Order: sequence, then C-alpha cells, then structure tokens
Amino acid sequence: MKVEKQYQEKNTQTKEEKNLDKDKYEELKNVIQEYKEKEGSLITILHQAQKIFGHLPREVQIYVAKSLGIPLAEVYGVVSFYSLFNMEKRGKYTIEICMGTACYVKGSEEILKILKEELKIEPGEITEDGKFTIETTRCIGACSLAPVINIGDDIHGKVKGEEILEIIKKYE
Amino acid sequence: MADERIKLLVCSGAACTSADAEELKNALSDELEKQNLKDNYKIIETGCSGSCDFGPLLIIDPGDVFYVNLNPDAARRIVNEDFINGNTVEEFLYQSPETGEKLKTLNEISFFENQTKIALRNCGKIDPVRVEDYIHQGGYVALAKVLHDMSPEEVLEEVKKSGLRGRGGGGFPTGLKWEMTRNAEIRDDKGTKYVICNADEGDPGAFMDRSIMEGNPHLVIEAMIIAAYVIGSRQGYVYIRAEYPMAVRRLEAAIKYARDFGAIGENIFDSGFDFDLEISIGAGAFVCGEETALIHSIQGQRGEPRAKPPFPAEKGLWNKPTLINNVETFANIPTIILKGGEWFSQYGTDDSKGTKVFALAGDINHTGLIEVPMGTTLRSIIYDLGGGIAEEKGFKAAQIGGPSGGVLTEKELDLPLEYDSLLEIGAMMGSGGLVIMDNETCMVDIARYYLDFTQDESCGKCTPCRIGTKRMLEILNRIVNGEGEIEDIDRLIDLSKLLKQSSLCGLGLSAPNPVLSTLKNFRQEYEAHIKDRICPAGVCENLMLRKNKNNKAKAKESKEAK
Repeated sequence: MKVEKQYQEKNTQTKEEKNLDKDKYEELKNVIQEYKEKEGSLITILHQAQKIFGHLPREVQIYVAKSLGIPLAEVYGVVSFYSLFNMEKRGKYTIEICMGTACYVKGSEEILKILKEELKIEPGEITEDGKFTIETTRCIGACSLAPVINIGDDIHGKVKGEEILEIIKKYE
Repeated sequence: MADERIKLLVCSGAACTSADAEELKNALSDELEKQNLKDNYKIIETGCSGSCDFGPLLIIDPGDVFYVNLNPDAARRIVNEDFINGNTVEEFLYQSPETGEKLKTLNEISFFENQTKIALRNCGKIDPVRVEDYIHQGGYVALAKVLHDMSPEEVLEEVKKSGLRGRGGGGFPTGLKWEMTRNAEIRDDKGTKYVICNADEGDPGAFMDRSIMEGNPHLVIEAMIIAAYVIGSRQGYVYIRAEYPMAVRRLEAAIKYARDFGAIGENIFDSGFDFDLEISIGAGAFVCGEETALIHSIQGQRGEPRAKPPFPAEKGLWNKPTLINNVETFANIPTIILKGGEWFSQYGTDDSKGTKVFALAGDINHTGLIEVPMGTTLRSIIYDLGGGIAEEKGFKAAQIGGPSGGVLTEKELDLPLEYDSLLEIGAMMGSGGLVIMDNETCMVDIARYYLDFTQDESCGKCTPCRIGTKRMLEILNRIVNGEGEIEDIDRLIDLSKLLKQSSLCGLGLSAPNPVLSTLKNFRQEYEAHIKDRICPAGVCENLMLRKNKNNKAKAKESKEAK
C-alpha cells in the first residue's frame, strides 16, 4: 500500500514535471539544431542545456548524446571533467565562496565553515528548503575584494566572518 | 568630429561594481540632468583602472582629477561644488598615507606615478566596447599600418626586435613562436592556420587578463588580427573562462563593434585580408590554461593535455598549425607596431624586455593592478606602489606565479622581478599574480593550500601528477594536523623531484614549486609543526599551544576590530 502511494505520488509529480520538461526539451532541441553542424560544439551545447535545466541529469546527457549521434560516454566524460557542469539539482541560489589565494589568506575558509554550520550542508549539496547550494569556486579574479562571495549575479566583497549570515538573509 | 564634452570616467571593473559604482553613476547622471549640465559632461563606464581599493571612483578628463571612495551623495556634491562652483571637493580626494596630504590628480599619487603602462594603456580611460573610443586613443592604427604598409616579415622582425616574451608564464620569445607558426608546413589545400588567445586565467590571485579584456578588449582583438596576418591565418578564437562573465560580455560586444567597423571579416580595411574571430567559453578546469589542453577544450573534448612535441605551432587546433598567445602578450603588440620594437626594448632588463602587469592582492594597503618595467623590485612594488603592508604588520612573503610559482621572502625584496632571476631562486613569473602575506600567515598551510588546489585540478591523465599530488597533499595535511614525522620532509622532496621529472604538462611539473619554495625558505616552520607540534603563526587549529593560542586570539580580535 505504502509503496503504491509513493509510486502514485512520484507518478503525478513526474507528470507535472513532464509538461514543464517538454518545453525545456523543445528549447534544447533548438539549441542542438543550431550547433549540430559545427565541429566541437559539445561544451557550448552543454552550457546551454545547463542554463535550461539548471543542471545536467543523466536523461539530458542521453538526449544530447542521441541528438548528436555520439556515445553517452563522451558526453558524460566532458560533463564530469569540468567543474562548472553539475549533475545534481541546485538550490534556488548558489553561494559561491571564492577559494583563490587572496581570499584564502583573508579567511574564506572561515566563511565556508560558518555557512556549512548554518545551512547544514556540504559544498555541492542543497538545503532542505531548496533555497541554497554552497559551492567553493576557483579564483574569480576580484582579489582586491578578498574574501569574495558570489550569490547569483551579485559579488559581495570583503566579507567578514558572521557578516555572511546577514547577507544571505536578503535572499528570498 | 571630436566630442568636446568633459568625460566623467566611472570605473566599472569587478571591484568597483561590487562597491556600487552603478549607484554612483546613476546619481551623477540624475544630478547633471537636474542642474541642466547634461550637454557638457559625458559619463563613461570604463574597465578597471587598477586602483581597486579606492572604488567606487571617478576620474575627470581632461585634468585627471581623481575622486575616490564615492557614494551617491558624494556625486551630488561633486556636481554642485566642483562642476558648478569650481571648488574641488577635498573630502573625496585621495589622501597620501605617508604625509596625510590630499592629492588632487592621478599622477601625483604614487600608485599611478610609478607605473609605465603599455598593455594597460587605455584601461580605465575609455569605454571598453565602443570602437570610436578606442580609435580616439590611436586604436586600429597599428592594424591599418600593418595591412597597408608592412609585409608579414617586417611585422615579424619588429616583434622579434622588441624582445617580447610570453606573458602567460613560460616566457617563450613571442617573435620566435610567431615565426615557427608562420613557417609551419601546411597540411591542407586551404592552408588553414589558427590564432588563439589564451584568456583562461586560472591562477588564483591573478586578474590581469580579466582586467585587460574588460577594460580594453579591442587591443587584444587588434593584436590577434595582426598575428593572423603574420602567420597567414583567417580564423581566430578567444578561449575565455566562464568565471569571467563581464569579460565575456564586453569581448562579445567589442567583436560586434569591430565587425561593423570592418576590422573583422572579409577584406579588412580594403587590404584583401580576411579574418574572423570567435569566442570559446571554458567550463571550469584550471588545466585548460595549458595550451594542448586548451585546444582539446575548444574542440569540445575533455581538457586533457598531450605530450609535446609536436607543438601547437605545428599541430594544434584540428591538427592545423596554431599560434597561442596569452592576453597580456597580445596587448603589447599594437604599441610595438606603432612605436617600434626598439622603443619597447628600452624598458625592462637584458633578458626580459618591456613591462609586466602584476595583480596585487593579499595583506597590502593598495590592492589592484599595476604595470611596471620588468626588473622592478618587489620592495618598490610593495612600498612605492602598494602603500606597504596592511595594519602595520610585517612583511613575511609574497607568492608569485600562483600554484606554479614560489614564495619571495625578505631577502628577495631587492631582487629584480624578471623571468630568469625568478627561476634561479625556484620561483616563477607565472602570469603575474602577487599575493602579499604578512607575518600572521603560516607557510606550511599555504603550501598545503596550493597542493590542495593542484590535486583537485589535476586532470588525472598522467600518474605522477594524479597520485603524486595526492600523496603530497596527504603528507601536508598530516603536518598541519600535528601528526607529521620528520621523515615527511624528505618524502615531500622525493615526491617533488619525481613530479618534476615525469609529469606530462606544466601543471604537474610545477605543482611541487610552492612546497619546495616554502621548504627552502621556511624549513624551521615545517620543523616546528612536526617536532614541537607548534604552528608559529598560530594558524593551524590542531596545533594551538600556549603562546600561539594567544596569537590566534589576537589575530582574531584584530580581524574583528577591522
């Protein structure tokens, strides 16, 4: 009984998602159409796919592989190689903590620690309410603002310790 | 017709933008409107002016009046007091930390006074994307001169004469690289060759290339077309990191402007020469800064390096001869063409000609971007330009060249910074990131930090790099956790030698540098961690002992007080 209920729930969910996904796949189809003939465009296509879906789940990778007529292993090989491609779902906001040298020297590790404790997640994970993902990122080249935190399109510079908690409160 | 309006240059580099330069710009614009002054002034959003600590800032051209640390209210006061009544608003002028004197113009300030700008020549002075602004500063004149008055050989000769060496880190003579690609045997009927600009600036602590692309993308575009003319290429790529979205946007816009202007496309400036340019965006892999890995990435593959030779000059993108130069290298080319190789070679030292852009970051008063002649000393950079160490702490070390480089200490303060002198002491120019560290920095922890970076970024293709960096990191983790053995130092040295002898590409070959360099200069710190279980700087958490506990508490207090 329980299993059945779970299955039903899952099924209705996927139905809604399926409708939403249909539009997304349509969009991806157009992207692939645009770049298909161009040699070496896999990374460009994956960038676009990630923009559309928010991340790159296995199904999307299979779709890309089939559309381009290349093995899934090749797509997966590229997705898993580059750190900006994510296979897991992301939170509404991704908090990126810069781990460049300047930021490290100026205490970015401390900020990461505070965030991990507050949000109860590790880098790459998503908070229970689906709001935040935290991620450590390579130098974003704003070293004079160290330590730097990137949330969505916003850069927050010279963040000091607990101050980060005030900053993330602003994101709804 | 020349625009006679007074220019209000508002820095819109990454640092100033995050310090709300946008608000400043809007307030300026509103107040000018309100006071009916719109026709006399023109607000220009520029790229990074280099002085990131003073932002948001405003430079008034002509006159070079320099207002710093502004806000919307300041903008309104400047319009009313300065523009209308002619009184400089002293409150927002730069104050010299040494004398306390308020300085009015750019060139009075030691940060700018001590610089020689070639690669950064227009950064912070023009609207980066509009082709007209670039032309107004002499842009695309070098390209016109090359296409109409010079043969490819003559251009090559000028580049060789300049003595320019690659600014990406390796320091390979640029002219020689161009010549090799020019002479490379062509393998298909169409004679395809490629020019690539390496804008994958992944070194932590470096932001010169980002600033050049955000501040003056046309300079790089112009240089790439000149290079293409010399080697006989019709297609170029700029490979740029996705982590630099503003640079990507400005470069895209600049390419469009250049194409409309006729500098890119078919029959450029009616010379019969064709060249097209595309952007290729990375996806977050440090190793893609290595040229063969970068080529694989443009081809849409995993960014793994391959063994050299054959060099990209012979067998590069799609196996065709390919010229790859770094952003800053390209940024020097148009000036070399305009003023001559001889002129360029007057700057710098015997083996390292010209200027170098450094990114100053860390525990220093004035962080930002500077360009100085090669051979300038670290002391001059820190104290004359950088305004000294922050919070009156002592200088301990400077990390140069990121994870490929090493540390410079007090005894290297007077060493001229150039390619070969740095190699001699076990450091490396790298791309020019300079992270200054004060005496509350633990050097073992810094070495661990870099190994953590290279271990994570190792592509895994070759075993020495994949496993070697992992083992080295394990040892360093043991040491900072207070579980090190004295034999660990020898193990680190052995592994370092192995990596340096057998890695496939520059990432693995240079990965041990931060460890060897800190071991050479701060061995006693390693020994204190291992033998006495003490972290002299009071950084490593598991090693808090008596006095260090106090140190850490003090450090924390002073950080909080900030």
